[in-house]
Amino acid sequence: MKMKKLKYALFTGCTAKQSTPEQMMSTLAVAKKLNIELVELTEASCCGASHLQDYDDFLSLVLNARNIAYAEKHELTMVTICNTCQLNTAMTKHRLDNNAELKAKVNEKLGEVGLEYKGTSNIIHFLYAIIDDIGLDKIKEMVVTPLSQFNIAPFYGCHNIRPSELQNETHKTPENPYNPRSLDDLIIACGGNNVDYVEKNKCCGFHVELQAPHTSAVLAGKAVSGAMDANADWMVTPCPLCHLKLDTQTNHLSEAIGREVALPVLHMQQMLGLALGCTNEELGFKHHIEKVNFI
Amino acid sequence: MSTHKITTKKVNFKVFRFNADVDYLPYYEDYNMEVTSEEVVLDILNRIKWDHDGSFSYRRSCRHGICGTCAIKVNGRSTLACKERMNDMIELFGNELTIEPLSVKRAIKDLIIDKGDFWEKHEAIHPYLISDVQEHPEHEHIVTPEEAERLLEADLCIQCGACHYACPVVEINDDFFGPAAFAKAYRFEADVRDDAIDERLQELHQEKQGLWDCVKCFECAEACPKDVNPIDKITKLHQMLFQRGVATSNVATRHAVAFKHSIAKFGVLDEGGMVLYSERLAIVKHVPLAIKMFVKGKIVPPWSIVKSTNLDEIQKLIKSSSTAKF
Repeated sequence: MKMKKLKYALFTGCTAKQSTPEQMMSTLAVAKKLNIELVELTEASCCGASHLQDYDDFLSLVLNARNIAYAEKHELTMVTICNTCQLNTAMTKHRLDNNAELKAKVNEKLGEVGLEYKGTSNIIHFLYAIIDDIGLDKIKEMVVTPLSQFNIAPFYGCHNIRPSELQNETHKTPENPYNPRSLDDLIIACGGNNVDYVEKNKCCGFHVELQAPHTSAVLAGKAVSGAMDANADWMVTPCPLCHLKLDTQTNHLSEAIGREVALPVLHMQQMLGLALGCTNEELGFKHHIEKVNFI
Repeated sequence: MSTHKITTKKVNFKVFRFNADVDYLPYYEDYNMEVTSEEVVLDILNRIKWDHDGSFSYRRSCRHGICGTCAIKVNGRSTLACKERMNDMIELFGNELTIEPLSVKRAIKDLIIDKGDFWEKHEAIHPYLISDVQEHPEHEHIVTPEEAERLLEADLCIQCGACHYACPVVEINDDFFGPAAFAKAYRFEADVRDDAIDERLQELHQEKQGLWDCVKCFECAEACPKDVNPIDKITKLHQMLFQRGVATSNVATRHAVAFKHSIAKFGVLDEGGMVLYSERLAIVKHVPLAIKMFVKGKIVPPWSIVKSTNLDEIQKLIKSSSTAKF
């Protein structure tokens, strides 16, 4: 059965081009399998990563509105592949669409470079775009390598599920941050066994890594520890920042919580790619710090 | 006119039980109950006490969502027992519900906790107007509607503790003020009559206890039964630090500012450069990780970073739209 070709504007975010190249690779590999056309927004700037607005809120709004304006120019929905990009972009849209005065102020600045924010493009994380526009039933049909031998721990990442008002605005199947389903359902659609654990919808600590390294390491350590106790073989996350926190510094996490913790952590796209029959090279497993030991 | 039909559902409640005077460890007791569609969580607590076990203990008072006394957790979700409809809880979590105190480690008896740390933090941020009040004022101190609006939702806090005990940092770092205290601090920082704005701000941004230790998880915004949105107030306090020139140069402030510099130069982030700018000499502690990441192809040197297309636009916008200085 031939699927209708889906087309989105892709906001890659910064890490996909630097510290998580495997995330970019697997996004493109999965898009190809799913017959999705991604138009990369090469003009986009950094979203400010939930820090810039602490310093300069207006500048953060203008820069994010500029990114959205480019998606609008293509008349496409903007797809993000990072939870924090999703938060900052969708939050900008939320604020501008609900405040005509602010929108006018931002557009006055954008006008200086010949751009305009209209509010015509939706902004959605790739995970939800796949669920909404392709559907889990279709994914299930397309699976060629079911992940049935694996217990997989979903790690949602804060900025995709909170604040819930953005959840409700951005996609068709909003989920409750206290009992999220999307990633669990995707694991099941891929044929895997989803494991339940308390930390799956909790914070990984990434955003205070520099100023509060202990807090940050305890949060991530507890997450990996919780997944291990739930008998997970590996973890999966839709957020590259969570991925960096969970994958790259298990020695710090272990030290902080007084227990040796380590699990392979996959990006959502890598998990899907495995099930859809992408090659290990396409999915970029060589870029992981914690060895992906089951492939 | 539509008729309203009362329905019932069978629910199994696992209820946290603990008496600090006699129990070594807490335990969970099961109560199987028929729940009607009219009930709120507090009705269930009452029925457990009245119909099953008179020793079951919890706090309650107004029953109108205004005194903030009955906050507990249902399946890990902070909730005001008198406001939360059982039907919504069943719809969200199914018919197995776990009832716990706001903070298990602070339990005294069943759902009653020692909220001492909450009140200490509350007091520490000086939650009152600091102003030289004239004993014999000659005219009223006028606050315009626009000025009053600056308090936003911060004035709506009922001090229930739902956000404080939903905050993951409070669980780990005993010194952290927590979202409720920050929201309350904002309420006075935004008050035009207050004369100690900078002094209060000074205390609010100190390392370990202060604003920069917030992990930005939005748990507080979700937990609040009054839509105070504490993380929004924390962000506004961050902005005030820069606007009022109170911010000092530390790893957190440099980190926030580094985004602007990096975006001005590349459009995107220079991840390594960001860490260097934020940490300065302390960057040496990141070297072992940097080497590991470099080996795995996770570090791009500045000269290989692909800049945003139309970078000149971004630079122009940064010039024209910047509103803060540091």
